[in-house]
Amino acid sequence: MGEPLTFHFDVDGDNFTSAGEASLSMKKNLRQLGISPEIIRRVSIAMYEGEINMVIHAGGGTADVTVHSDRIEILLADRGPGIENIDLAMREGFSTAPENIRNLGFGAGMGLPNMKKNTDSLVVDTALGVGTTIRMTVLI
Amino acid sequence: MKMKRVAELLAAEVCCGAELLESEVHSACGSDMMSDVLAYVKDQAVLLTGLVNPQVVRTAVMMDMRCIVFVRSKAPTPEMLALAEDSGLVVMKTSKRMYEACGVLYADGLRLSEAN
Repeated sequence: MGEPLTFHFDVDGDNFTSAGEASLSMKKNLRQLGISPEIIRRVSIAMYEGEINMVIHAGGGTADVTVHSDRIEILLADRGPGIENIDLAMREGFSTAPENIRNLGFGAGMGLPNMKKNTDSLVVDTALGVGTTIRMTVLI
Repeated sequence: MKMKRVAELLAAEVCCGAELLESEVHSACGSDMMSDVLAYVKDQAVLLTGLVNPQVVRTAVMMDMRCIVFVRSKAPTPEMLALAEDSGLVVMKTSKRMYEACGVLYADGLRLSEAN
């Protein structure tokens, strides 16, 4: 693979039903590129968790995925309220998701920990009232 | 176990993917929390759930699952079935409750993971 390939997605924050469409599209793209199933699964899970988080907490945002020859980078950016306590947010089981989201099967407080688990690096840059940027890398 | 056998054991109605029923699956999990499926499940081919929304199908696709079984007679929407068909998933529904559905499959040899 020569030049890195980039993929951009807008994540609609108004509609929980459509959350995950970007991750699903990206999964198909990675399959077409011949990336190994295990790598694809890790990227898919991390991106999907991030996408769900953006819809639940931040009113949507953008997802940019760059496929390099040796790694896949996922950049998630939103202009939501920011994460008040990142240490708590990284703790398994801690969630600020509202009841209606839990009824939809999410909000168990596993999102960020699971993103970390499935990636080789995860960097969270967040500011209250400004937004959150999450950069994840999966080595190929 | 063939997915056809899964449908027989659960007296399930196949909603989509009938052409895939001869394929083998070796493991299953049951949950209504997609968060937990995403965080704890590894290499399970069949998802039994009582939750009905499109995120169930997307979660199954992300986890490379092969089959979704809706328990307690929950019915998937046409939108969910279209998404499942597009992703090559088998979808079925059974009137059995979660506990019994899981128990019946487990007793017939469908276990937690392929390594077991």
